[in-house]
Amino acid sequence: MEGHMAHGALWTVKELFTYPNEYIYWTITIVVYPYITGLVAGAFVLSSMYHVFGKEELKPVAKFSLVFSFALLLMATSPLMLHLTQPFRSINIMLTPHFYSAIAAFTIVYLSYMAIVMAEIWFVFRPFIIEQAMEKKGLLGLIYKAMTLGSFDVSEKALHTDEKIIKILAAVGIPAAALLHGYVGFIFGSVKTVPLWKTPLMPFIFLMSAIISGVSVCIVTYITGMALKRNFICGASIRSMCKVLVWFLVAAFILEGVDIIFHAYTAEESWGIMSELLFERFAFNMIVVQWFFGMIVPLLLLLLPRLTMLRAFISSALVLIGVFTMRWDVVIGGQSMSRSFAGFLTYKMPIIPNSIEALKEGPILITMLLLMPFFLLFIFNKILPVFIEVFNEEDCGFTEGLLSGKDSAKH
Amino acid sequence: MNLSRRELLKMGLVAVCGTVIPLSALEILTPEAAASLIHPFSKKKRWAFVVDTTKCVGCGMCAKACKLENEVPFDTEVQRTWIERYVQLKDGKVIIDSPQGARYGYTKNDPQGKEIKDSEVAKGLFVPKLCNQCEKPSCVQVCPVGATYKTEDGVVLVDRGWCIGCGYCITNCPYFARFFHPITNTADKCTFCYHRITKGLNTACVDSCAFGARKCGLINDPESEVFKILSTERVSVLKPEYGNEPHVFYIGLDHIVR
Repeated sequence: MEGHMAHGALWTVKELFTYPNEYIYWTITIVVYPYITGLVAGAFVLSSMYHVFGKEELKPVAKFSLVFSFALLLMATSPLMLHLTQPFRSINIMLTPHFYSAIAAFTIVYLSYMAIVMAEIWFVFRPFIIEQAMEKKGLLGLIYKAMTLGSFDVSEKALHTDEKIIKILAAVGIPAAALLHGYVGFIFGSVKTVPLWKTPLMPFIFLMSAIISGVSVCIVTYITGMALKRNFICGASIRSMCKVLVWFLVAAFILEGVDIIFHAYTAEESWGIMSELLFERFAFNMIVVQWFFGMIVPLLLLLLPRLTMLRAFISSALVLIGVFTMRWDVVIGGQSMSRSFAGFLTYKMPIIPNSIEALKEGPILITMLLLMPFFLLFIFNKILPVFIEVFNEEDCGFTEGLLSGKDSAKH
Repeated sequence: MNLSRRELLKMGLVAVCGTVIPLSALEILTPEAAASLIHPFSKKKRWAFVVDTTKCVGCGMCAKACKLENEVPFDTEVQRTWIERYVQLKDGKVIIDSPQGARYGYTKNDPQGKEIKDSEVAKGLFVPKLCNQCEKPSCVQVCPVGATYKTEDGVVLVDRGWCIGCGYCITNCPYFARFFHPITNTADKCTFCYHRITKGLNTACVDSCAFGARKCGLINDPESEVFKILSTERVSVLKPEYGNEPHVFYIGLDHIVR
């Protein structure tokens, strides 16, 4: 087509009757946005399990998941910026926030959560930072000195206070993380024109899938990281994470199931087109990838007795793929049904970056964006070693003993 | 009769309460509210639109005029106003289309590109569409920066200098009246030609319609054609279930209209 192309025409294929202005306006960037915030929330909840609920066996992953959560959080806004057609005006959202809009408070929720995470990281690593500031010379020493924020008190009393504060921050962080992601769910759930999104269950569906994806990304990254460094991996920690994963997998599956059953049973006007979407156009995505391989298979793998490291790894990887597909199905699937209920829109991601728009919407930037948190984690790890407290075989055996002791005490 | 001071106060209080409570039950009417009891509509200045689908022939002149008047690039596949064609066949099948928003008009009996014999057609109609300038616009509700707003006289506008282009308003419009303007890269929509109607002119689409299918006017002005139609004829609106209270009223809609 000559001249100016409509925003969305590049990647939308229309079928049957759709309104002239109807395109897939929210694309891959909006698929990735809830995916990343979900990982943030899940990873944080995992670290809080150790700090708040005192799950000793999670000690080796507590620091790691906290810092990883921060790395992910740093990237959470970038897909949004890519998505805006006027990204340089994004500051307007803070200058004139219109609070009737569900997305106006995003920056506030995001920044307050960021403050909690940063504060917790500082307190968790404070003794380490001070130690390094005293020892290290040169630039690195200077960095650590700056990071102490002038506090060099490592007396027992101070450390005790630190621990208390960490506990409070981790506890406050759980509802904050839930709010951050439940809020993302609300943004979708409150769009009254998209029948697939419009359900009060949406915040909870998003929250559950957030936690399963967050825990899974920690399992996958942790096992990979340890294996690369040829470190010993403690089975107790992995099993404990998998237990969390199982519970939330069940919750996520029930919620998503209830949602679909309600749509089918009430069979409102939109059900005609929605059922075609579910059982034909998105059947592979939703039924095969999202539910079968993304939830049922990992659940079975985790529930089978004698959980091995490999099985934990495979099921977590499957959950990660499943949740990503779920985000895709929600965001793209929801918009695939024409609002006339009489047509379909198909999303074709522009692969070749032959224009700025194609680059912004294409797979290259998005892949980079998804890899960025891992890179950030790698950098952070140089300054704040997150695996400092990994269990050796002895610690692990001790924890296992404690756990089995607990179990036998219960029986 | 001897009254102690206490009794006097007691009885006084009862008397005051007794008179005040019934009085408070009566509502004090503002002049506007009193007027609304006489007039069926309030005196508030409010723009509205009437589309008579029985008069539309699908020539597409309105869509064309709109694009030229409002400087929306002509060949870009977005429309501030467009015309939909509904064809119901004798076997009950409904075919709907709106090729290029019908800015080139409907010239053939070929809904969705397939020729249809006249003998197969049960009924057909054209439905012009535009922004409904809702009383409770969901697009305005969801704009995170307040770049889109409703004017005092009921027209929803977009501030092109402030819109960040998140697309939330586009997603939240039940009518898909919104799109991204290809040059400003901000949300765009029909304004009832606000720059014209506020100067006493007609909208571009009303002026270009040779069949009188479109009318724009003040909803409470007894002189306006919109007022006359709304107060005497049976009209309906599109998608009232969304609760937006749309202000484009239709004559001759059908249940097949989406």
